[in-house]
Amino acid sequence: MLKINNLQASIEEKEILKGINLDIKPGEIHAIMGPNGSGKSTLASVLAGRSDYEVTGGTLEFMGKDLLELSPEDRAKEGLFLAFQYPVEIPGVSTTNFIKSAVNEKRKYLGLEPLDAAQFLRNMKEKMKLVEIDQSLLSRSLNEGFSGGEKKRNEIFQMAMLEPKLAILDETDSGLDIDALRIVANGVNQLRTKDNSFLVVTHYQRLLDYIVPDFVHVLYKGRIVRSGTKELAKELEVKGYDFIKAEVDQELA
Amino acid sequence: MMDATNILKEAFEKQNGAGGSLAEYQQENWNMFSGLGLPAIKHEEWKYTRIRNVFTDKLVINNDNNLSQDALEKLILKGTENANRIVFINGRFLETLSTTTDSADVICIKPLEKAAGDEDANFVNINLGHSQRYHGDGINALNAAFANGGVYIRVNKGATLNNPIIIYHISNSSHGLRFSQPRILVNIQEAAQVELIETYINMGGGETLTNEVVEISAEKDAVLHYVKLQNEGEKTNYAGTTHIRQTGKCLTHAVTITLSGSIVRNNLNMVMEAEHGESHMYGLYLLKGNTLADNHTIVDNAMPHCFSNELYKGIMDDASTGVFNGKIFVRKDAQKTNAYQSNKNILVGENASANTKPQLEILADDVKCSHGCTIGKLDEDALFYLRARGISAENARSMLLHAFAIDIIEQIKNEEIKAYAEQLVAERLSFNI
Ligand SMILES: Nc1ncnc2c1ncn2[C@@H]1O[C@H](COP(=O)(O)OP(=O)(O)OP(=O)(O)O)[C@@H](O)[C@H]1O
Ligand SMILES: [Mg+2]
Repeated sequence: MLKINNLQASIEEKEILKGINLDIKPGEIHAIMGPNGSGKSTLASVLAGRSDYEVTGGTLEFMGKDLLELSPEDRAKEGLFLAFQYPVEIPGVSTTNFIKSAVNEKRKYLGLEPLDAAQFLRNMKEKMKLVEIDQSLLSRSLNEGFSGGEKKRNEIFQMAMLEPKLAILDETDSGLDIDALRIVANGVNQLRTKDNSFLVVTHYQRLLDYIVPDFVHVLYKGRIVRSGTKELAKELEVKGYDFIKAEVDQELA
Repeated sequence: MMDATNILKEAFEKQNGAGGSLAEYQQENWNMFSGLGLPAIKHEEWKYTRIRNVFTDKLVINNDNNLSQDALEKLILKGTENANRIVFINGRFLETLSTTTDSADVICIKPLEKAAGDEDANFVNINLGHSQRYHGDGINALNAAFANGGVYIRVNKGATLNNPIIIYHISNSSHGLRFSQPRILVNIQEAAQVELIETYINMGGGETLTNEVVEISAEKDAVLHYVKLQNEGEKTNYAGTTHIRQTGKCLTHAVTITLSGSIVRNNLNMVMEAEHGESHMYGLYLLKGNTLADNHTIVDNAMPHCFSNELYKGIMDDASTGVFNGKIFVRKDAQKTNAYQSNKNILVGENASANTKPQLEILADDVKCSHGCTIGKLDEDALFYLRARGISAENARSMLLHAFAIDIIEQIKNEEIKAYAEQLVAERLSFNI
């Protein structure tokens, strides 16, 4: 589904990603962990097509297409979804209208008829139930004045509405209370099929109890320095990153 | 010299020669204009706005001051058929095409010249030219020299109008650079409630130059909702003042929308002469091409406990220029004044620019005043967020610009005018959700 090959990216001349390799197959869940500032959000942004980051080397292939050739909107319409670590507040843009245009622009791209108001509403009601999000939230301006947890839940709701093939969740668990965490995880699990995949960025092994990953990777200083199964996450929870940092820093030295 | 002096002089002599109750007033102002001339850009208040350059020997003043009923009907804004309708052709009030739909017990609309000689003469004497205390320049005086073509509106004590008053300024530009000088004097008596809307139409496809003065006085407990809607097209030049006096504790609310023009200058004054007055000033300038729109506002607090709120927003595309100057005066006795001002600009075009200048002069010590201004590009984070959901760059841009602009439109109280303005803004921003 997604093949990342020796990906290098920099911002303002500063190299952040220094050769990432990752292969995600349909139906798989991959978790990415790693210390603050190691490049996890940068990787997510580069995948989604943020132009502030300059890709200086490597290749990105998504469903057989060269991602680097596609605009952010076309990537989304091809089935890539990024749940932002910091969802943006957009005053004056109604959440519902925004989601409706996103859904219909995608349908148009795929050669489908736009959903009419009734179909859209039915669809929305169903997905609202799935992520237990309140109607009142959706009638407000996009993320404006939403609490941290509400923003995250709104991200998952949008994911549910857009039904992506690959969803990248950037610390969607941060700032969620226990109940919200369970709801978000349930949402993900219910959307999971044998055909779609998830890339979950998290700092907490706790989330991985709910969303059980097939692989866990550790990103450090712009590289994936360890990969393993969910046991790796458990080990990190106990030992912290120090032992990996020490090993890697020694290798690099 | 290829300027307009001779044309203006000839026109002045022709119409002032007829005498009438305003002849003396007009002569004084003509003399003042002759002394001051037109404001040049070295004049601090006009430094971005070369309106003087539009006064050339191509000006067309008198002729064709007429319009058929049929032609007028085509210009009427949808849904406003019941409005009190005031029609100006080439800057002259045309009584025959104007209609009053509210009862004569509550509203009176008549030529200013008539009001200056009848039972309203006292009001006219006190209020006509009141704006010159704030704009003592030649362009205001020039308008005053032609005041006899103006209109007088009185809304009687206690009246709540059923219908808005809509003023249609129609300029016929088919004979050259049409010069129009509408003059409007409004008397809003105690506790009267009024919606006053001005809109401008360029007929004939040529260039226009309009120099307007509107003076409004609102008494105790009055409520005024005023809208100026400028969308006359790219060949329009405009300089105008709307001067609003609060002589008693009342509420005055103004929305100024500028969507097109070559040079557009709007002065808006809120003169708060009584305690506990409240005023609101909202503006949206949505510019493209080479349009220059210059909004100068004044809030003058003379008495304690007044509240004023001001929000102007601009979106500049192409090589357009937005200018905002907001003056707030708080005089020595105006303790407990609350005055807020904000000006926000988004530059979309490569060659667009914005100039913003708050000017606060505060002589009282116990006041709350705040001001803020921003000039920036569209928020990249917001743009990316929308695009990352599959919304095209183009649509994401229009969504964000629309969201930015629309809260000014929502300030328009009259539903029909609001819907019309909403439609114009949506069309301009290709917003179609
Ligand atoms: N616009 C920018 N300008 C300069 N440096 C940047 C910019 N954006 C990111 N960086 C740097 O890139 C590095 C990686 O940041 P990134 O946000 O990808 O980390 P992260 O792994 O997601 O961290 P966290 O766990 O704290 O979310 C950091 O050192 C950060 O300061
Ligand atoms: Mg991050």
